[in-house]
Amino acid sequence: MPVSRSSEREMKGKDISMHELPITESILKIVLKHAKMNSARKVMAIHLQVGKISDLEDDWIQRYFDYLSKGTLAEGAKLKIERTPIMVQCNACSTSYEAEMARMGDLVCPACGEKGGTLLSGREYYIKEMEVQ
Amino acid sequence: MGDIRLIEVKEEILADNTKLAAEVRERLRKTKTMLLNLMSSPGSGKTSLILRTAEGLKGSLRLGVIEADIDSTVDAEKVAARSIPAIQLRTGGFCHLDATMVTQGIDAMAVNEFDLVIIENVGNLVCPAEFDTGAHKNVMILSVPEGDDKPLKYPLMFSICDLLLVNKIDYLSLSDFDMAALRGRALALNPRITILEVSCKTGAGIEGWIDWLKGEVAAFKGLK
Repeated sequence: MPVSRSSEREMKGKDISMHELPITESILKIVLKHAKMNSARKVMAIHLQVGKISDLEDDWIQRYFDYLSKGTLAEGAKLKIERTPIMVQCNACSTSYEAEMARMGDLVCPACGEKGGTLLSGREYYIKEMEVQ
Repeated sequence: MGDIRLIEVKEEILADNTKLAAEVRERLRKTKTMLLNLMSSPGSGKTSLILRTAEGLKGSLRLGVIEADIDSTVDAEKVAARSIPAIQLRTGGFCHLDATMVTQGIDAMAVNEFDLVIIENVGNLVCPAEFDTGAHKNVMILSVPEGDDKPLKYPLMFSICDLLLVNKIDYLSLSDFDMAALRGRALALNPRITILEVSCKTGAGIEGWIDWLKGEVAAFKGLK
């Protein structure tokens, strides 16, 4: 089989190479769908829950959002991002505890001292609610 | 100005990708084609590993490759030069592959003719970890020159992988890389991760990787 280029995704801002962009595209799509369903005239603010393990930059999401939402009902909407904690469960005693991103590779259970654990939450990408007119 | 209303949305932002990824997995389960997503930093040896893998699987498993590159065809040309069936996806600036792009890749190849398809993801330890590609297995490479502290910096990548290949072990004598520390850190994040040490240059450890692949493909096909 010869080498073939099977796709080249059409997108705005082609030289942007961070994962904030596709995530922002997805946010806008969902927001516009709900705006339409609720006969909103304008979206004022969007409340997001993003897990602390994600390294999304809040500023960049807002910037991409401002760019992508031009000319839509969501133009000018403010993104309000709540960071949800990283929760880990100990593999030995099953205690759940909160972990910091910087300490993820050196986890120690506060209850029994066991190293390591299983990630329970902290990877969320969730749209909770939005304020519309 | 009208009154401001609050609307409940309650939607996962990546729900579309997650759904499409599940469809990819199901579709390939029907054709008994195992899809493996290979991730690493740039230059840690993804393409070299694929060339070694093709050699090691010759005569036993039929291998296809989906190459992702931001804007070049260098890797795909190397792979195709060895007559390995390959599809090139240019991500056009994207830092990772998502399930939509992978779907385009498998649409472009006769997947039922392969036992194993390896996706060579974009070289990057951050973004590819966030997006489900639809692969049945996730594998990452960490090369010795990158350092043993990488699980501390990129925990998500280590926590989602089934297998970690530590490549370029021929450099160990030249470096202060601490293999025990790396193993401890990776296993702390992900107790289920398998860790294999290899050198794509000398061929050391490659047999273990090939055996792992054969075992996984056999289990996937329900032969084991």
